Amino acid sequence: MSDFFTFSDPNVRLVTAGTILLGMSAAIVGTFTFLRKRALVGDAIAHAILPGVCLSFMITGEKHPAYLLVGAVIAGWLSLLVMDYLSSRTKLSTDTAIGAVLSVFFGAGILLLTSIQHSGSANQAGLDQFLFGKAAAMTRQDIGVFSGVAAVLLGLVLAFFRSFKLISFDPAFAKSIGLPVRRLEFLLSTITVLAVATGIQAVGVVLMAALLITPAAAARFWTDRIQMMVVLAAAFGLLSGLFGSWISYTAPSMPTGPWIVVLLSLIAVVSVVVAPQRGIWARLRLQRGNARKIRQENILKAFYGIGEAADAPVATVSVDGLRQQRPFEDRALQLGLRELVKKGLLHKHKPGDYALTTKGLQESRRVVRLHRLWELYLTERMNYAADHVHNTAEAIEHVITPEVEAALLRELGHPILDPHDAVIPYQTPPKPSAS
Amino acid sequence: MNAFWIILTGALVATSCGLLGAFLILRKMAMVGDAISHAVLPGIVIAYLLSESRDVLPMLIGAAALGVFTTFMIEFLYQKARLQIDASIGITFTWLFAMGIILISLYAGQVDLDQDCVLYGEIAYVPLDLWITESGRSLGPWPVWILSGVLLLILLMVLLGYRGLKVTTFNPEYAAAIGISTVFWHYLLMSAVSVTTVVAFESVGAILVVAFLIVPPATAYLLTEKLHHMLLLTVGLGILIAVSGYYLAVWIDGSVAGAMAVTSGVFLLLAVLFSPFSGVLTQRFRQKAALVPPGE
Amino acid sequence: MKTAIETHNLTVAYNRRPVLWDIDFQIPEGQLIGVLGPNGSGKTTLLKSIMGLVQPSSGYVRLFGQSLDEVRSRISYVPQRESVDWNFPISVREVALMGRYRKDKLLGRLSREDHRLADEALEKVGMLPYADRQIAQLSGGQQQRVFVARALTQQADLYLMDEPFAGVDAASEEAILTLLKDMKQAGKTVLIVHHDLHTAHQFFDWMVLLNTRLIKCGPTASVFTAEYLKQAYGGQLTILSQVSDLVKARDFPIRERSFKDQPK
Repeated sequence: MSDFFTFSDPNVRLVTAGTILLGMSAAIVGTFTFLRKRALVGDAIAHAILPGVCLSFMITGEKHPAYLLVGAVIAGWLSLLVMDYLSSRTKLSTDTAIGAVLSVFFGAGILLLTSIQHSGSANQAGLDQFLFGKAAAMTRQDIGVFSGVAAVLLGLVLAFFRSFKLISFDPAFAKSIGLPVRRLEFLLSTITVLAVATGIQAVGVVLMAALLITPAAAARFWTDRIQMMVVLAAAFGLLSGLFGSWISYTAPSMPTGPWIVVLLSLIAVVSVVVAPQRGIWARLRLQRGNARKIRQENILKAFYGIGEAADAPVATVSVDGLRQQRPFEDRALQLGLRELVKKGLLHKHKPGDYALTTKGLQESRRVVRLHRLWELYLTERMNYAADHVHNTAEAIEHVITPEVEAALLRELGHPILDPHDAVIPYQTPPKPSAS
Repeated sequence: MNAFWIILTGALVATSCGLLGAFLILRKMAMVGDAISHAVLPGIVIAYLLSESRDVLPMLIGAAALGVFTTFMIEFLYQKARLQIDASIGITFTWLFAMGIILISLYAGQVDLDQDCVLYGEIAYVPLDLWITESGRSLGPWPVWILSGVLLLILLMVLLGYRGLKVTTFNPEYAAAIGISTVFWHYLLMSAVSVTTVVAFESVGAILVVAFLIVPPATAYLLTEKLHHMLLLTVGLGILIAVSGYYLAVWIDGSVAGAMAVTSGVFLLLAVLFSPFSGVLTQRFRQKAALVPPGE
Repeated sequence: MKTAIETHNLTVAYNRRPVLWDIDFQIPEGQLIGVLGPNGSGKTTLLKSIMGLVQPSSGYVRLFGQSLDEVRSRISYVPQRESVDWNFPISVREVALMGRYRKDKLLGRLSREDHRLADEALEKVGMLPYADRQIAQLSGGQQQRVFVARALTQQADLYLMDEPFAGVDAASEEAILTLLKDMKQAGKTVLIVHHDLHTAHQFFDWMVLLNTRLIKCGPTASVFTAEYLKQAYGGQLTILSQVSDLVKARDFPIRERSFKDQPK
């Protein structure tokens, strides 16, 4: 490992620099592809580039990356035009147009490629590396051309960042404020084609879509800001390029391109799972928190109900008493009681006997208050019958925040009784005139 | 004779793929078909390794499993992770395809598959893979038999399930309302696509599978206005493409799969240009005519 | 009068945000019923939950006093016109014939009787002359009539129609309206999602007025009043939509597990 990360071997330096460069520029450009929901168009462009590369080799007879790039960009652009035409002028749907262009162009590329190979042209070896990438075999000349292209791409994205952001988000609005939307879209598409044409060198035709889209998709889980998305996507591109090169350095039989893609996918999967807020784990935690809140508040409410009936708010209550008040699940009840004692809302007198603390009484009042306020809101504002509101209030009492509670109190005028003529408990006695 | 077997193989793949592809494109799921055809690769490699042979059955099971897994994963990213649909498809198939390539490199010695073959197959070798009986009689190439078997299954599915596929494709909400399970028909179609892909994979490669899934049905769609005509035309086009593609490949001396994909594109181009239904002018004319019932 | 549709405490979320809150009503058989409310008030969602196409968070629906699965063959559904791709390679007659499809009748030939019923339904909506046309060649109103014909072919007792008058020409509106009157004469029940207040009170005997909550359900005269219309169209209740947002943002269950309503 240390051998690799000292970068003392010039070849390692070259290859790593190349893959990182390609990965980062594809990720940056790909952020816009992702935001414009054109991931599969990117895939089609990658496939469509192959015949362009082959034709430019057949015409020039050379494998200079700059010549091949020109052919690639022309073919990429042509495929875009054809896709556009098919989906807007015929009854074919967009996905059919993409699929048709992708397979036909790629088929043409394969036909030309095999024909070149069979013709035995001495110079053709290596052309098929476009199919699966040739990260490990990049030359100094390749890197020169790619860094040039990457610099141009970066410069253009930076210069037109705000315009690109706008046309990705709301092209109609962009047009209405007088932006040259068509020309900007043309520019953005050209940049995409360029990024794809160079990126192919790292991962190949089939996997190019991943280099473009996966970093942006992963970044989307971490941030809502487009600037941050671009930075994160570039970082993911860098990381996967770096470790992809490392893997194929330590195990030379391992292909670099597929490993870059697997690493990117791994980053995406991790993001999907652990990202704060949008991640699945965060949502599960939120739901677990909800369940805990509901469990505890229901127990508090049962205490309040028993106390209210007996006119002894902080009386000691047995577990059986709680079960009679409300059909709790056994495990949930035990767990909730433990949690409430720990939070200082309940006293545990002896095993199986509990009472509300002062804090617990306040909290139980709050929950019951919200329940009864919501019942009142349903009958007063939504004209629901009093015998139909209990079940909804059972759920919504846990959702209501202090702000919504304040709004409810204002709207209902600090009411004293709920629809079933039960007293709405306040922490301090209400002043009915307040509004 | 070799030419005959190669063309027959192409036509069989074209027919199987075309029948399924017609429903895929009408469901706007062409790219899901593309994704599945790439994503079954690790399934094939794993099946190879586990069975250490080219037995058809483990391969079909491995592939069908991977195909269904692909649709699950796309659904999962889209529904549960709330990622947009195009990115869900893109991430899923590139990841699985990359895994497949890595597996091939890892077990290069044990797996008789190489990267190029994955993409464009080796249809030219089909005539060499003969089925020889114990008495030494040759029954023709293996792949032809297997592909015929799969085609038979697909024909059965389309004929028996015609109405179910039609109503769940045209109007899934209505189908669900009259009690027809849209989920069942969805997964039936996806499994059929996976199985077909795998069987066709070795002989024609991923790219021709995608071309046959999408291009002939798309061409037929532009040329007809009835579903059963579209299916018949797709089959006819497939055979035509197989024949003309083969001779194009011979003429240029290139990949047969690539040539067939190119000829399918030529037919699509012709349909786009000369279809009696989809020209801008004909459509305008039709809209006018529609306001007057025929015979008045 | 017998009850055709009964919803009980029906609460439905779309994208985890509640769009229908505790909808509770009963509708008698043999009526033309309009479902009215502003955009986004949950009209289509109501229809889809009656048809079992969306899963309610709580509550239930009974049709003719039974569950949907028990009476599915008696219920017919006309989805919104936008729910299909009209470029689909299919003819007018084939669409109408779909009314004869059943879960257990997907195999085998359709009978002569099935064809007769489809043609009869097309005749009723005045689309028989177009029976062999591909459906993209029809006007919006004609397409709507084909959908209605498909529902008629089903020979149901209860019809649920989602916006059958949306974007329809005068001739088609007239044709559909006449048909609805005939259906009522024949004792059918028709529930229609409708957006046009100006025509609503002429069309319907009963109304269901919605705005995420049920404003009022009853005979047209008792529902179509300035007061109820103002409640329905005067915007959503601020606190109610705040709470809906909270439910969505925090992924809260709308019903606690132990409190799911069950049909008796």
